[in-house]
Parts: sequence; structure tokens; C-alpha cells
Amino acid sequence: MSILVDKNTKVICQGITGSAGKFHALGCRDYGTQMVGGVTPGKGGQDVEGIPVFDTVEEAVDKTGADATMIFVPPPFAADAILEAVDAGVRVIAAITEGVPVLDMVRVYEKVKASDSVLIGPNCPGLITPGQCKIGIMPGYIHTPGKVGVMSRSGTLTYEAVWQTSSLKLGQSTCVGLGGDPIVGTNYIDLFKQFQEDDQTEAILMIGEIGGSAEEEAAAFVKENVTKPVAAFIAGRTAPPGKRMGHAGAIISGGKGTAEEKVAALEAAGIVVAPSPAKMGEAIAEAIRKA
Amino acid sequence: MKIHEYQGKELFRAAGVPVLQGQMVTSADEAAAAYKKLGGPVAVVKAQIHAGGRGKGHVIDNKDQRGVVLVRSADEARAAADGLLGNKLVTIQTGPEGQTVSKVFVEAGCDIARELYLGIVVDRAAAKPVLMVSTEGGVEIEKVAEETPERIHKEHFDPAVGLEAFQARKLCKKLDIEGPAAKHAIRFMTAMCRFFVDYDCSLAEINPLVITGNEEMIALDAKITFDENALFRHKELEELRDLSEEEESEIRAGKAGLSYVKLDGNIACLVNGAGLAMSTMDIIKYHGGEPANFLDVGGGANATQVTEAFRILLSDPSCKGVLVNIFGGIARCTTIADALITASKEVGFNVPLVVRLEGTEVEEGRKMLADSDVEIINAMDLTDAAEKIVAATK
Repeated sequence: MSILVDKNTKVICQGITGSAGKFHALGCRDYGTQMVGGVTPGKGGQDVEGIPVFDTVEEAVDKTGADATMIFVPPPFAADAILEAVDAGVRVIAAITEGVPVLDMVRVYEKVKASDSVLIGPNCPGLITPGQCKIGIMPGYIHTPGKVGVMSRSGTLTYEAVWQTSSLKLGQSTCVGLGGDPIVGTNYIDLFKQFQEDDQTEAILMIGEIGGSAEEEAAAFVKENVTKPVAAFIAGRTAPPGKRMGHAGAIISGGKGTAEEKVAALEAAGIVVAPSPAKMGEAIAEAIRKA
Repeated sequence: MKIHEYQGKELFRAAGVPVLQGQMVTSADEAAAAYKKLGGPVAVVKAQIHAGGRGKGHVIDNKDQRGVVLVRSADEARAAADGLLGNKLVTIQTGPEGQTVSKVFVEAGCDIARELYLGIVVDRAAAKPVLMVSTEGGVEIEKVAEETPERIHKEHFDPAVGLEAFQARKLCKKLDIEGPAAKHAIRFMTAMCRFFVDYDCSLAEINPLVITGNEEMIALDAKITFDENALFRHKELEELRDLSEEEESEIRAGKAGLSYVKLDGNIACLVNGAGLAMSTMDIIKYHGGEPANFLDVGGGANATQVTEAFRILLSDPSCKGVLVNIFGGIARCTTIADALITASKEVGFNVPLVVRLEGTEVEEGRKMLADSDVEIINAMDLTDAAEKIVAATK
């Protein structure tokens, strides 16, 4: 098993005729993902190297039976694209687009929560169940099927963690990039619940960063509800307050959201915290040994 | 994107949020003239910089010159402006080096009965904007939040609807505002919430917010930050950007589509991805070094952008070494290698250069570097890279 997506998942790409959408839709298909269609308003009837293009998500779902989508449409139209996917009943929505206005996400978040859809992102690399289904922009070859569930607010740092767990022969069950924005569709707690219940996942690695309080909330949840070994890393220990570190969410404001606070909360919940980003793989290995 | 107080107040006025009369000036003579025009008897001369804490802040070599000065004559207005303009103001938010004042705002005085606080932000946990008010106006709100959080009252609101009337009434009750003042306050709070949504703010803060002797509510300050991601639908706001308030190298990086933040250390780093860039800073520090910057070249970086990134890093006089850490995903190692070779030819690396490449097209990238005549210290992983750059810059 795995979470959210597997070899049976049928995926469409919203924004498939744009350069990024096309490149990554084909990349996902090469990896083995069932890329069954794409959506670009006004370009229905065309195809992208054999992948049929539809005008609306509703039509794409009707014709292909897709249950997942990956969104590459530009920021001004991203909120609308997500809402269209929700409306069409798509089960897993991965919004890769970076730069979505935060108030747009306020509107989208409420609609997503009131639906049966799961939104990953925006501003995220997507998600992957190694060997079965890749939805997003991550390099496929660094992943190996295995036992660690990985979740992260950062893209390339996730690759680093995946690489380390692959090198240690632990492998990954499913890896999910939550996204670097202040408001994202899925948080750590949502995924802890799913990884806890997933047979394939034997340990969980959480990669956080400064800003907000999502890591502290996750720590409290783990303490009460998660029995599997958990390790974590927090990026931004050396970031100065008030400066936004690339991600709109990664900012220490009003003395809140510091790495120290987060590390303390995680350790208090019995989570093994990697002292350096080079030790994420070792930290999860240690958490497994200790369990 | 931040704007000045005087600009924020112009936007407030247009949005029906009450403010006092005032004028932005750039010389002492203009300040004196502005005082006369306002008609006295009191006015306030306020330094315009993109940092808070101005009232308690002072000019760098003159502790008696505060950032906000109450004046009672044209001569006093002139003297206050003279003491501020062209000088560096140090506040709790500027750091010890201070920020140069090139504009002052001369504002009419008013009869203050009560000082309150009002702030609006997006609450990440609730995924909604939240209006916060407090009776503790005029002081550091962070301190209030920490010591007496019960004195901050909050109401979340739906951006599509704005603040509901009952929510405004609840807040008035908690702030002990009654009668005609309550009527003004409800109108004020509703207009502010509408303003926050209409302009896609990420922060709107008024401290102090005052109630006058006439029971009117007036914004005595305006601290506003706009969501950069939403500026595409507010083209008119671009004109309010004051580039002199931003770090020059950060502006340059922004133009090249790079995410860059200048820091105090001497080890420059060039990384792809924000999380990995932050972690690279962390691991430099972990091994005893100090990062000179945060730099994320992004996922789709091309050779031109990366070359510009190297130029920015190498133009920093405190740079004693460069660490390149790339985990190629969308960004390919060959692109980075190509840019590195170009930058070496164009600007030259006169400091040690440690390179760690991994990911997409790594073998080709490493080979390109090995075949070039750029002097490189190769690193196999993150720890190795950090240790080598720290050793090379000691």
C-alpha cells in the first residue's frame, strides 16, 4: 500500500499545453504514471504527444475516469483551476504553481475542506509513490520503493532527504511536498493520520521550516496519536527574524516561528530531530532503531 | 512590498478610513511651510522609513533626535525635519546601522482621549484573515501578545463578506467603546477589513489608533505590507514602491528572478530551492562558519540568471568564499556548471569555490567542470561541502 496515489491512479494535467505543464506531464508519463489527459481551455481536441487535451476538467474526468490532477496554470488563474478540479470531484489535486495570492487561497481552502477532494500545495513539488505514480516535478530516479513516509514544506530539501533514505536502503512509501505558502491544502497532521494507518509505511520523516506553527501542532498530534517512529528536520535555524526566506511562509515574525521553538516541541514529543540537513536519513534510521 | 506611512494614509483616506491632514516633505523649509499650512498649534514631524518603532528610535549620532517629534511652531518643525533628513534613524527594527531618512511627514495634531491598537493579518492556522484590536495602544504589541494575551481581541472574517456588524459590536464591547464612539469605531473597523481585502494586504497595522475628544476614531499610523504575489492585480501600487528602502543587491537579484537576502557572514552560497538554501546556511553555521546570504536560484534557473547570481555574490566585499549546492531536479547540473564557467571567465573567482552537485545530469555537469580551467574544490555531500568551505575561509 501507500497513501493518496498508486499504480491505479489516473492523472490529468491542468495547463498541459504550457511549457512547464507539457515537460512535466511527459516526465510523469515516462516515470510510469497513468497520464490520461490534459486540460487547457480552448484547446480541447488537440493532443500533447498522444495525451488528449480537453476544454474543461469535468469533460476530462468524464472521458478518462481521472481521479487526480496536477496544476501548472499561471498564478492569476490557479485558484480557479483548483476550484474547477474540486467541482469535477477530482480526489487528489496537486497544485504546483508558485505565487498564488494568499487571499485566493483563503477562498479555495474553505471550498476544498467542504469537499471530498485533497489538495496538495500550492507552491509544491507534488507527490510520488515510488515505482507506481509520480505527480509533480521531482526527479524520479532518486526515489526507491520502501518504508519511509516523507512530507515536507520544501522541494529540493525533500530530494535531499529522499536521496539520503534511498542511500541508506530504507526507501519511501509515499513522499508529499506540502508547499511553501502560508496557506496550503494539506498539513502535516492530515498526512500523519494517513501514514499511521498505511501498512507499507514503517516510519515517518517530516521536514519543516521556520515560520507559522504547523510543526508545533504536528508535534502535539504525534505525541498523542502516532505510534510509528518519527524523525524531523527544521530548516532555517540561522535565519534572521523579519526576513522572508524565499517561501512566503518562511518568515519569523513577532518572535514566533523560530527553529528553536519547533525543535523543542518536536523533541518533547519524542521525535528524533536531525541536527544538520546532512543527517535526515540517519535520524530516521535512528528513530527506527529506537522503536 | 512595504510602503511608507504617508502613502498608506493616502490610501486610507480614499477608502474612507479617517486620518488627519498632513504633508510629506523632503526639506526643512518645506516642513516649516507644511506646519503653517496645517495651521497649528501643534503638529507632528515623523520620519518616513520602512521600519517600525520610530517614536522610540533616535538618529544614529544624536540620541535626543527622535524619529517622531511633536512641534509647536514652524521653527520647531524646521528643526525637527533638519535633524532627521539625511540622517540614519535607529529603531528596534532597523538594526544598529539604522536607515537613512529621506522623507518626513508633517501631520496635524489631535486631541487624544484613548490610544488603541488595530492589526489585520492572515491567520495561517485558521486560513482566514483576522482582525485584532487591543486597549494597549502605542506600545509594542509583541510585548502585549506575550505578557497579557487576554488584552488582544480577535475576530476572523470571510474576505468575500468582510467584517460582520455583530463582530464589530463585540469588539467595541471588549474595548469598552460606547455611544457615538462605537458608531465611528464600527464604521472604521469595517472599512479597514474591506481595505485589507481590496488591496491584498498581508499586514495592515495601526498603532496607535486613537479616539479623539470628539469621540472620533482616527488612524495615527499606517503600517502596510502588500502580498507580492497579488501585485499583478494592483498595478497602481507599483508606483508606491520606494527602492531606496531596499537593499541594492536584493533589488538586483529580484530583477533577475532570484530570491536573495543579504546576511552578515562571509561565506556566500548559491543553492536551488528555498528549503535547501536555508539548510545550506544552517549547515555552514553548524560547522562553524557564517553565511553571507540566502540565495535561491529557483527551479527553472537558466545560465544568464545563475551568472548574474555569481556576480551579485562576488560583488559583496565581505565574501571570503563561495559554496555552490545544487540538487538538480528541474534545474540541471549542466546549467549550473555552464554558468559557473561563464562567471569565472567574466568576473573571476578570487576566493575559494566549493561545489557540490547532485541530481539531474550530475555526471555531465561534473565532467564539464573538471574539463574547464576553473579552480574548484569538489564536495561529495552536504557535510563534506560545509567542512571544506569553512576550512577554506578560516
